[in-house]
Amino acid sequence: MASFDMAVRTTGLTKRYSNTLALDKVDLAVPAGTVHGLLGPNGAGKTTAVRILTTLTRLDEGRAQVAGLDVGTQARQVRRHIGLTGQQTAVDDLLTARQNLTMFGRLFRLDKTAARRRADELLEMFSLTEAASRVPKTFSGGMRRRLDLAASMILAPQVLFLDEPTTGLDPAGRREVWQAVRDLAGRGATVLLTTHYLDEADQLCDRISLIDDGRNLIEDTPAGLKRRIGDEHLEVTVSDPSDLPRLSEVIRRLTGAEPSVAESAGTVSAAVSDGVTSLTAVAAEVRDHQIEIADIVLRRPTLDEAFLRLTSDRPAPRKEALR
Amino acid sequence: MTALTPATDTAIDDTPAERLRWALKDCWTIVLQEFMHLVRQPSTFAWQLGMPVMMVLMFVYVFGSAMDVTGQGAGEGYIDYAMPGLFAMTMAFGFMNTAFEVTLKKEKGFMDRFRSMPMSSSAVVTGRGIADIIHAAIDLTIIAALALIIGWRSGGSLVATLAAFGLLLWLRLALIFVGVFLGLRLKNSEAAGSLFAVAFPIGFISSVFAPPEMMPGWLGAIAAWNPVSSTANAIRELFATPGAGQGEAQYWIDGHALAGAIAWPALLMVIFIPLAIRQFQNLSR
Repeated sequence: MASFDMAVRTTGLTKRYSNTLALDKVDLAVPAGTVHGLLGPNGAGKTTAVRILTTLTRLDEGRAQVAGLDVGTQARQVRRHIGLTGQQTAVDDLLTARQNLTMFGRLFRLDKTAARRRADELLEMFSLTEAASRVPKTFSGGMRRRLDLAASMILAPQVLFLDEPTTGLDPAGRREVWQAVRDLAGRGATVLLTTHYLDEADQLCDRISLIDDGRNLIEDTPAGLKRRIGDEHLEVTVSDPSDLPRLSEVIRRLTGAEPSVAESAGTVSAAVSDGVTSLTAVAAEVRDHQIEIADIVLRRPTLDEAFLRLTSDRPAPRKEALR
Repeated sequence: MTALTPATDTAIDDTPAERLRWALKDCWTIVLQEFMHLVRQPSTFAWQLGMPVMMVLMFVYVFGSAMDVTGQGAGEGYIDYAMPGLFAMTMAFGFMNTAFEVTLKKEKGFMDRFRSMPMSSSAVVTGRGIADIIHAAIDLTIIAALALIIGWRSGGSLVATLAAFGLLLWLRLALIFVGVFLGLRLKNSEAAGSLFAVAFPIGFISSVFAPPEMMPGWLGAIAAWNPVSSTANAIRELFATPGAGQGEAQYWIDGHALAGAIAWPALLMVIFIPLAIRQFQNLSR
């Protein structure tokens, strides 16, 4: 059997739902052993792509291979090599953590002893040993998600699909899940995850595919993507709107960038490459000019700004739900 | 970059016999999971039995005294008439439990996880079905115990009595496929909850609480031809309920309750098994 370099490869992946194109000729290539992010707003087609790759949904056109196997004609074999953690946490709330993993182990065709042994290994691996005899109802969101991840790892799959793994989790839960994903990647698993959080993709992924409206926009490393999106923004808000012209003059002089002024908000903002230096310089200068400021912040472009910038050659995205 | 070699799939079960063996094993794993639920949360029984138990008490003690179904005066023999009806109605309402559980599985992402696994996909449904049948048998046992306590007795032989319970489970079996179909079809468990609006008339416009002959003509016809009526009337005959299966039947089906109790569920299965299978396949649309 031929070996393969790409854990996931799609060419011209297309999916139609009645009249809407959920996926429009999407190409993906995820090298084995890497973490790849599918980043995009809600409704971009991320989940549809994952459903096709995990054999849950049939594709209409194009080709999709997972672990060197065709998802259409070799679906049964594909299922032996993948793990799926979907948007909902699919763990049984009435079974204990250990019983959950043992049940999934049995369904993955391990015998009783092997299923129990694997359950204990996974509990250990996801730091759930202490909670092994508790039911997931009593777990925190992060713990539930980790148990869910463990359940998709029964056969140590070659490719793991995570569909919005941290949606709905509190910051602590998100960090727990991130750590778990990093650990998996450290063990050499290939991970394809979807997210609509830029920082999540940044934290976890080797490469990111940006998709919107079912189409590939850009594929790049997180650093490359951020470079394309642009620098940090310095945002200064004044207490008295009449100070706006003076403030924007100061900012233009110090940053060398053309500031944009939002009159109603009383805010001036400008792209800066050396964030903290610019911030301190501007803060000192406005004090000298006796401009009273209400707020001064540095921030990265949000994902919607990034989308707008990266898609400026296309009509503005029709989705309002950008985040 | 790590080059991987696909594991050789020696363990893939491709002979029909192997596939059947795994389908049964996977089904059993699901049944065990459902059992654990009952053990962990026995209140499920309380919820699902609350309605029939309340009905038994209400119809036997509250309305029963005013009911004259035997023509021998109000209240006379009503418990013997109503109990078989209540057994049948409990089975009939079971389709809601199945539908509800199926929507829940969908909602919680279980259906997706199971379908992305190398397990037998039919086990998701067959496991549910077997668990439901066992659950129904336990329900019947509990209601029968309650019936014995309040003075109901089967007048039939042991074989006839067991056959009656067999017919009840036969009806429940058919309704599992109706429930699976609806559960796969409905959007969420909330929608499944509103099935009550459909179940209620199906349960009541029947011979469960009153003979269709006593209803207005058109309604009586509907009630008589209701599959629940056939099962209720057939088991009345098997329990040797006074008056059952005797006298002149106003509706043809009344005179053929046993045949109806066997044929109706069979017909439901002929219709709903393919529908349920198609709905299951549609999940991958």
